[in-house]
Amino acid sequence: MEKKELMWDYEIEGKDFRNAGRVSSKVKDILKELGFDPDFVRRVAIASYEAEMNVVCHADKGTLHFAILPQALQIVVKDRGPGIPDIELAMQEGYSTAPPEIREMGFGAGMGLSNMKKNADELHIVSTVGQGTVVEMVMRSPRSRQGSA
Amino acid sequence: MQLFEVKEILEAELLWEPADLQLEIEMAEAADLMSDVLNRRLGGDLLITGLINSQVIRTAEVADIKAIAFVRGKKPDREAISLAMSKGIPLLTTQLLMYEACARLAMKGLTGSSGTI
Repeated sequence: MEKKELMWDYEIEGKDFRNAGRVSSKVKDILKELGFDPDFVRRVAIASYEAEMNVVCHADKGTLHFAILPQALQIVVKDRGPGIPDIELAMQEGYSTAPPEIREMGFGAGMGLSNMKKNADELHIVSTVGQGTVVEMVMRSPRSRQGSA
Repeated sequence: MQLFEVKEILEAELLWEPADLQLEIEMAEAADLMSDVLNRRLGGDLLITGLINSQVIRTAEVADIKAIAFVRGKKPDREAISLAMSKGIPLLTTQLLMYEACARLAMKGLTGSSGTI
């Protein structure tokens, strides 16, 4: 049987709060449609949404690459933005550099990265100050309901 | 508890119709910080909040929250209401304050999403 790799690429605009979350909504719809377990879909959607919000809140623009691999699901979010000077510090719950406008939206309380870590099986962050950040998340998937080979 | 009972208990107004008033609400949670809503293992069916921007709708969608109740008589803008309609998320608005809204629902037996009440 031919192994097909499924992947999607989306663009995310920085400071576009009206559309923030749209990409993660699409990711969720795709997984739901493919029949993945609802709890798994929620985990992926939450991690994706937090990563998407980080781009909207902090960066100029970014992309979200989403792939369904044979054993896992991969999300790579790349942005062009200020970067993260101290990743370890940024991972601490409660640490945030978000401006007040983001806090008014119910975000920016320093929970984003820890929410991603909680929901992903693997989280890798590479960041260059003044250039941008790459966040890679891997979620090992339970088989889709429709079942593949 | 069904959504129409939540509506009665909160003396709330429905912000778009026809929302499914028979919707089963088993657990509720209250928060103004959306990252707190996203940072949990258990799903809550009803989100009680004082925040009214479209990110509340997105958060509900992402976190599998079935319905939202806004407190203090707050109403989101038309765009947020349209988004909720398109996602099938009923919206209620009540004049009650957050604590009162939560207390009324708890007294009528609606449990919290962490299962401690």
